[in-house]
This record gives sequence, structure tokens and C-alpha cells, in this order.
Amino acid sequence: MRYFNFRAAGLSAALFGAAMFAPPALANELRVVMESRLGNLDPIMSASHQTRDHGYLIYDTLFGLDADQKVQPQMVDSYTVSDDGLVYTFTLRDGLAWTDGTPVTTEDVIASIKRWGQRDRMGIALMSITDSLEAKDAKTFVLTLTSPSGVVLEAFAKPSGVPLFIMPKEAAATPFTEQITDYRGSGPFRFLPEAYEPGVKSVYVKNEAYVPRSEPPSWFAGAKIAKVDRIERIEMPDPLTAVNALNSGEIDYLQTIPPDLLPLVQTDVIKTDKLDQLGYQISIRMNFLQPPFDNKLVRQAALAALGQEEIMQAQFGDPESYQICGAAFGCGLPYESDVMAEEVVKPDPEKAKALLKEAGYNGEPVVIFHVSDISTMSALAPTIAQQLREAGFNVELATTDFMTMLSRRANQGPTSEGGWSIFVTSWHNTEIEDPLRNYMITAEGREGYAGWADVPEIGEKIHDFLLASDYDARKKIADDIQGVVYDEVVFVPIGGFARVTGYSSKVEGVLPAPANIFWNISKSEN
Amino acid sequence: MQKVQDLPGKAPAAARSRPRSRDWPVRVACAFLVFILIVAVVGPFLTSGDPLHINAANRIKPPSAEHLFGTDAMGRDVFARVIYGARTSIIVGFVAALASLLLGLAVGLLAGYFPLADATIMRVMDGIMSIPSIVLAVALVAITGANLGTVLIAIIVPEFPRVVRLVRGVILSLRSEPYVEAAISLATPTWRILFRHMLPNTLAPLIVQGSFVLASAILTEAALSFLGVGLPPEIPSWGNIMAEGRTYFQLRPGLIFFPGIFLALTVLSINLIGDALRDRFDPKLEKRH
Amino acid sequence: MLGYIVRRLLSTIPVLGVVALIVFLLLHFAPGDPAAIMAGDSATPAQLAEIRQRLGLDKPVFVQFFYWLDQLRQGNFGTSLHSNKPVAEMIAARVGPTLSLAVTTMTFSILVAIPLGVYAAWARGRLSDRLVMTLAVLGFSTPVFVTGYMLIYLLSLKAGWFPVQGFASLASDPIRFARTITLPTLALSTVYIALIARISRSSVLEILGEDFIRTARAKGVPERSVFLRHALRNAAVPIITVIGSGAAFLIGGVVVAESVFNIPGLGRLVVESVLARDYPLIQSLILLLSVIYIGINLVIDLLYTLFDPRIRY
Repeated sequence: MRYFNFRAAGLSAALFGAAMFAPPALANELRVVMESRLGNLDPIMSASHQTRDHGYLIYDTLFGLDADQKVQPQMVDSYTVSDDGLVYTFTLRDGLAWTDGTPVTTEDVIASIKRWGQRDRMGIALMSITDSLEAKDAKTFVLTLTSPSGVVLEAFAKPSGVPLFIMPKEAAATPFTEQITDYRGSGPFRFLPEAYEPGVKSVYVKNEAYVPRSEPPSWFAGAKIAKVDRIERIEMPDPLTAVNALNSGEIDYLQTIPPDLLPLVQTDVIKTDKLDQLGYQISIRMNFLQPPFDNKLVRQAALAALGQEEIMQAQFGDPESYQICGAAFGCGLPYESDVMAEEVVKPDPEKAKALLKEAGYNGEPVVIFHVSDISTMSALAPTIAQQLREAGFNVELATTDFMTMLSRRANQGPTSEGGWSIFVTSWHNTEIEDPLRNYMITAEGREGYAGWADVPEIGEKIHDFLLASDYDARKKIADDIQGVVYDEVVFVPIGGFARVTGYSSKVEGVLPAPANIFWNISKSEN
Repeated sequence: MQKVQDLPGKAPAAARSRPRSRDWPVRVACAFLVFILIVAVVGPFLTSGDPLHINAANRIKPPSAEHLFGTDAMGRDVFARVIYGARTSIIVGFVAALASLLLGLAVGLLAGYFPLADATIMRVMDGIMSIPSIVLAVALVAITGANLGTVLIAIIVPEFPRVVRLVRGVILSLRSEPYVEAAISLATPTWRILFRHMLPNTLAPLIVQGSFVLASAILTEAALSFLGVGLPPEIPSWGNIMAEGRTYFQLRPGLIFFPGIFLALTVLSINLIGDALRDRFDPKLEKRH
Repeated sequence: MLGYIVRRLLSTIPVLGVVALIVFLLLHFAPGDPAAIMAGDSATPAQLAEIRQRLGLDKPVFVQFFYWLDQLRQGNFGTSLHSNKPVAEMIAARVGPTLSLAVTTMTFSILVAIPLGVYAAWARGRLSDRLVMTLAVLGFSTPVFVTGYMLIYLLSLKAGWFPVQGFASLASDPIRFARTITLPTLALSTVYIALIARISRSSVLEILGEDFIRTARAKGVPERSVFLRHALRNAAVPIITVIGSGAAFLIGGVVVAESVFNIPGLGRLVVESVLARDYPLIQSLILLLSVIYIGINLVIDLLYTLFDPRIRY
């Protein structure tokens, strides 16, 4: 005990000392506040968006998606595909180096792909048809498949979920279930582990060794030029506090301004923008293992009872700030489909009541997880509950924070033993835009994603999608999948929303992208 | 939150120097508390609003004739929520206070009368009391999940050891009184000694302590809700209304101030009454001045 | 005297043991699964089991408890599950803001409360006394966050005198330190001013009833002199005790104040670590705060024996 006090006192004295001699804040420093805190620093282990955006600052990717959603080479200089579509040969571009100065080699790349291939859904799918992945020399590597696929480059350029960030082989040797401790990257910024204070701030400085591409920046492709010397990412849990800090110039960039707080933003000094036009899909899944949703008719009754407009309005207010969308793979995206979309969007309480009667529902409780600590989700579950109640369901809300929801959701038991019936979540549209990335449509039984629907037909169609040769064939398969998914009520989309980002008028060069990227941003003195 | 009752000082003696004529704060406090109790009981008749009904088209509106305190972020009527919130706060407060007293009384009697159990019990009580109460409550609720039961436990657990300490003190001092020693030597059954001689003497300090536990429980519930680890947000409680209003506080300060004023006045009344009770029950104070 | 000090020190050991056991059991029976939290939304059950094994969460309870105690004994407080940083380092980084807030609050409270309490004692029974004392009860009847928001609303948003949030260390930026610490200090102080004022009033009143004061008065010593020379000096001991226990209660107050004003201190770390189920961090934090609490009480007890001649052990 006494040792502890001594030690803590020593450490804090050292910290005070350090603060005393710290250099004054650089003028060319960008102070940003993100929507939620940065927890895990391993963007392969954790699929958190905050961790992903940390990844974009300090790592680079083999390919990048551009604003036209085309895959562009990023770390790769050139590549060839054999005529039978089985052999991909990639060559890395010149000048790639880790922050300690050592060059990036194909060994690093292969180790990174293998780690990612155990963790990411698309990566696992790709590895399942991979025959070999080998280095030809320090700059060239070869991927050989067992059967051709049209989505290899899309997988490598995957912008969200778990993007394929390239790490040094020492870091990539860490099991994917364990956090990395080596934070070297080859991206436009360098992470300062010694300045990192979890829950307070994290600091990045310009990576002087980074050689950008020559093309203009576009989403995750093109030149990633660091135009500020330092980025300080500050944690502010309360959105109102953050908006006030933005107005007063205490921070330069605020990832999310809740729509209700937009009237508070001082538009003479603050610019607001929907940088991420693609936005998010909010959706729910039901528990297929336990009553009442083990009954397909009851699930269909719930689908009929729900209506997107009211739920989205209760959460977001202004109709400008949300989108009604019944497409499983996102609206305005390549695999948007209107199969049953109308039924999914509109509420039909009468139909719901009829279906419930037909199903013989007799009041088994429906337990909905209500996530209370995420401001963009807090009104969703209560409104869903109200709609289900109006249709005759017996609904209980189980309030929890998001983190606990993730662990309680693993319970496959009945509601009387801590189990659940419905959970609400949201995914970025780039994470659900096709059947390979989308978790919500999966139906792989007890070993699969929470909800545990077991519909083998969906799995078969997803495999067909992986092997399909052209877009038209894939689109047809995606439409079919949507039909099956909605008929079985594997999941129900609730609507879409895009964040409004605010930044100081001193800041220039903020780029739109479906993740938060900080290259190309500069800050003027006045 | 604030453990007034722990401090070794004496009350300012609301009615000490010239009683009667200066009793007005206590009288006002009693009246207000009675008012809140009535609101808690007949609340549903005071408002036609449904504290749970979500009205998506009518969010965060300022006070109006239809919604006296405006509406919250889900379009629910804040006046109705504050009225129903009185019931929640009062129930949480009274149940927590009563349970702390009963539990504290039982354990305190045990510790005070049976020296064998005393050491162990008091070490455990010291242990619980050395964990700062709000920290213990936050950990308890967050870990066991937020519902009425766990919030009550989270308030009772840090609260009852103080009652144990109080009761034990009274019992220890009584044990050496001649009439108790006489009863023991006459082989009077233990339960009889406890109930006949001990229990009545603990009553006055318990009532005083109870009023402070009540005030503290209402404040703790609000603080827990404010930190996001209190009652489920669906349940209207003053703490929850404020917690949910936090984000919109600048647009609608009423979301914090309306429930906040009710909360502060209720706790103020309870504390004033508690002080008055303490002065009445503490004869030493009367003698001294 | 020395014997008492040794006994008093030894008596803290079982209490610490009880605290350690409570803290450990509390977290062990928690339903939250740190593995699920670490892996995020899309981990499979097999991936979770592997993480759990890595963290040692699959071992029996008592093995985990004694392993933890043994590590503590060696000064190893473990590693945060989320940030991979040593817990001791994370806690040390948060001590500064909390300590600053505690010191400014206690200083300000004492400076305001003691004169207020003494004045009320002097003016006892008069309207001003009753006003001060009713306000004092209001002070600790109002939750810190309500006071905090009221201050932000009036002094930051309307008047624009202070920033709405944040913290800067005294060493790095004294001006910003003063600007950011003022509102949280005021918000927290309302509670402690109220408490300390009440106690100092009644301590002074109690002393005024003692025999030596009567003697002084009977000897014809002027009232002002009785007050300053005798009453105040003797009332100091109970007031010091109250300040000490007030410091212990402050631990609870900072949790809320830090949340309102976004101060990166220990209080916010408690809430963050609890919400993230960061077990090693929660365990060490509760233990540390309890040790501080026990330590303050120990110091008060010892001071008491030193300064109050009436107490002999």
C-alpha cells in the first residue's frame, strides 16, 4: 500500500515536472474532438470507428477507395491479374518507410494481410479461396486464388469495418486477439505513445518521412499530405460541452454536432458540413432462438408494426438530418434494391395485429436493449417499444450502455435468464453495402452474429456473390438475398443518417470522406 | 452524496434560543414536504400528460399552456415527468432510508450486544465506509445493471454502515447501565433485553439519522442518474430528466432547472426537518445554551 | 501516545483487506464481459473465448484474487484492458487535476465558511444568523451538477467570463488554470462552505458554553476579546476535524464536478473505467480512493491526539 502511494506520488511529480518544461503549444496544431472516446489502439483487433480513424492517421493501405467509389492503388504502384483471374501480382511503390526509417517490405504486407484475414469478415472470405500469398522480392508479392473472385481489390480497399491497414511485421505478428504495442506506421502522421492519455487525449505529429502520391486526394486515394504539424485529439464526452468549445475556439474540429444543437453553432466562425455523405444505417436484429421471435409470423408482425419515419424523427428531429431507406445494402449504393423495401419502411399496425393473432402470440415479453450512452441512439429503443406496444406486443426495455450491451447480447438464453429479444445497432454504409461485408443479413446459426438466425440459403447466396464474375450477376444475387432476409426478418433497417461535422473557419482543406481523415487540412493563424 | 450526518458537529438549532416565533423555516419545510408527498401520491390526477408517451413531432419545445414545462428530446411532457418523478424520488428515498435503518439496526444490535461478532462486523463496516459512497454506488449500479432494485442497493450499501455505527454506540453505552446489568444478572432472555431496554433508546437517534439518509438517498439517486448509471431513462425521475436534458440545457435550461429546483427544495425541507428533530431529541444541546 | 499511533496504524490493515475483497468480488460477479468490449461489435464466440483465456478470465475466482493481491504487493497494478497502458501510469496522469480541484475547493471553502460560521455564532438567533444557516442547508441540499449548470449558464454562457469546460495545469498555463478551475471550485464549494460554516458555528457556540468562558465573562473581559481569544482558539480543533472529513467527502463530489466541467481527473476516470469494464483500472482506483480516505482519517485522528489536550489515550 505504502509503496503504491510513494510510486504514484513520484509519477505525478514527474508529470508535473514534464508539464513545467513542455514546449508551448504549436501554432500549427489542429485540435479535434471526436464523437466517442478512443479506446483500443489496434485497428485490426477492434472494429470501433474511433480506432479505425486513428488507423487512417498513422497507417497506409494497399488500395484506397476514391470519391467515385473506384478502387485506386495507394501503397501499391502497379498490379497485374492473370487471364484466368487466379493470380494477382502486386508491386509496392517507392519511398514507403516506417516511422523509424526502415523500409516497408512485402514481408510486412503479407503479415498484415494474414492478421486481417483472420479477423475481418471480407478478409476471412478472401482467405477461404486463397491458395497462396507469397513475396517474390522486397517489393513484389503474389496472391493465388483457388477460384476467381471479382472482389479482391474491393476487399483490400475496404474503407471501414476492419480496413486492411499495413503494419510492420513485428506488430502484425501479434495474435489478432491481442492488442499491438508497436505503433509504428507508414501513414501521413505519427502517433506519440508517450503523450497518449486514454480518455483525455491522443497526439499525432506529421510523419516527415511520408512520401505522398502525386494524384489529388479523393477519399482514401491520392495524395495524403499532412498540412499541420500536430493533431491533438481531445476527449469530450458531453456533446454540448464540445459545441461550446468549438464556438469559443478551444477546439478546431468537432466530428459530430447533434442536429438539435445546430442552432447553437456560431455560423460566422464555424463551418458545418456533412463530410460523410454516405452515412450510417440504423437497424435491429431479433433473437431467433427464443420466444416470441423464434416464430416467423411474430417476426413479420414486428416488421409490420415498425415504421421508420416516427423512430427517426424521435431521434433526429429535423427531417434534413435523417433518411428513410428500406434497402438492406444501403440507399444510393451499388446494391440498393427495392425488394419489399416499401413494407419495411411503412408501419402497418393492423397487419401486425392480424399476424400476431394468427401466430397465437400470448404476451411473451419482448426485451429490447436500450443503449443510453450514445446520443445518436438514445431515442430509438423507446420509440420502437412504443410502436410494438401499439401493435399488441408486451415490451420491456433493458437499459444499458453500449459496451455492456455487447456483452449481454452474447446470452442465447430466454429473457427470464438475462436473454434479449431485440438489439439496435448502426453500421456505416460502407460496412453494409454488399452481402460480403454486411453482418446484419448473415444467418449462420448459433455460431454466427448475434440474433442467430439459421438460414443456410443466405450463406449459399453470399458464396455465389463472392464467386460471381460481373456486377449484373452480383446485383441479381443481392436482390434475392434482400428478399429472403426480409421474408425471414433476419434484420430490419430503421433508417439512415449522416453526421454534421463542424470546423473553425480558420481550417481549410477539409475533405469529404466516409471516415474522418485529417490529411490535406491546414490551419491559418487568424 | 453529502454525508451530513457523519460530521461530529451539532445542529444550528433552528428553534433554540427563542422557540415558536422562529420556527417558520421548519414550518415551511414541513408544508413543502407534505405538498411533495401529496404530489407523489395523487400525481396522475394533477396532469393529463403521459410521462412516457413519445411524440416525435413535438420535441424539445419551450414551456406552453399545453406543456407547462415544455417537452424533452423525445417529445414527452416534462411537467408530467416532473410530477411522476416526485413519486420515484420519494419512493427511492423512503425505501432506501427505511431499509438502511432496519438493516443498520439489526446489524448494529448484533455488533453492540455480542462482543464476539463485534470485531468482524465493524471491520467489514469500516471497509464499506472507506470506499467513497458515490464511487461504490457507481460501481455497483454499472456492474449489476441499472434497475430500481440495484439503484436501491447501491444507495443502501454505502449508507447502512453509518446506522450500524450509531446503533452500536447507543447499545454499548446502554450495556454498562446498571439496570441493563441487573437485567442480565437476573437471566432475562436476550431478546427481551434487546427489545425492552435497548430498542426504545435507539429510536430517537434513528429518526434523526433516517431523515439524513432520506435526503442523501434522493441526492444519490439524482447523481447516479446524472452520471448515466442510475434508473433506466424510461422511468421518470428528477435525476433522469436532468440527465437527459443535459445535452439540450442551453436551448432549454428548464430541462435542468425545473426538476433541479424541485429536487433541491425537497432535500432542503428534509434537512431542515432533520435538524429540528435533532435539536429536539438532543437534550444536551438544550441544556448547554 | 506512540502505542496509540502504532495501534491505529495496525487497525487500518484489516480494513484495507476488507476493501480489497469487496472490490474484487464486486467486479468478479459483474455480468459485463471485458473480452466482448475489447473486440467490438463483430467478434465471434470463438474469438471471444480466446481473448478471455489471454486475460486469465477463465481461471477460478480465488486464483485470480490471490494473483491480484500478489501483484499489488509487488507494486504491479496491472495493465488497462483497453489502452494497454500501466494502470499506475494512467492514474498518476489523472491525479493532478483532481488534486488541484480539491485544494482550491478546500481553501476557498475554509476562507469563506469559517468567518461565516463564526459570524453566525456571534449573531446567533438574529435574522442574519438564521439566513446564513438556512442558506447553508440549501447549499448541501442542491446537487453539485445543478449548481454547476447554473454557474455555467450565468457566468460562462451569459456573461462570458469563464470557459465552459476544460483544464490546464497550473505549471503549464497559470492563467488558463485560474480561468478553468474557478467554476468547478465554486460549484463544489457551495456544499463545503455550507457544511463547514454549520460546524464552525456550533463549535464556537459549544465553546461559549464552557466554564472558562463564563469565568472570563464573569471577570469582565470584553465580549469581543472573549470571542477572539478564547472561543475561536478552542474551536479550532473540531473545525480541523470537519475540514479533514470534508476532504474525504470531496472524493465523491469531484466525480460529479469533473463530469460537468470535463476535467480529466480521477473522478472522470472512475466513470470511464466503470463504463468500459476496465477491471484492473476500476480495482486500483477504488482501492486508491479508499486508501486516501483511510489515510485522511488516520491523519485526523493523530492530529486530534496531538492538538486536543482533553483527549488522552
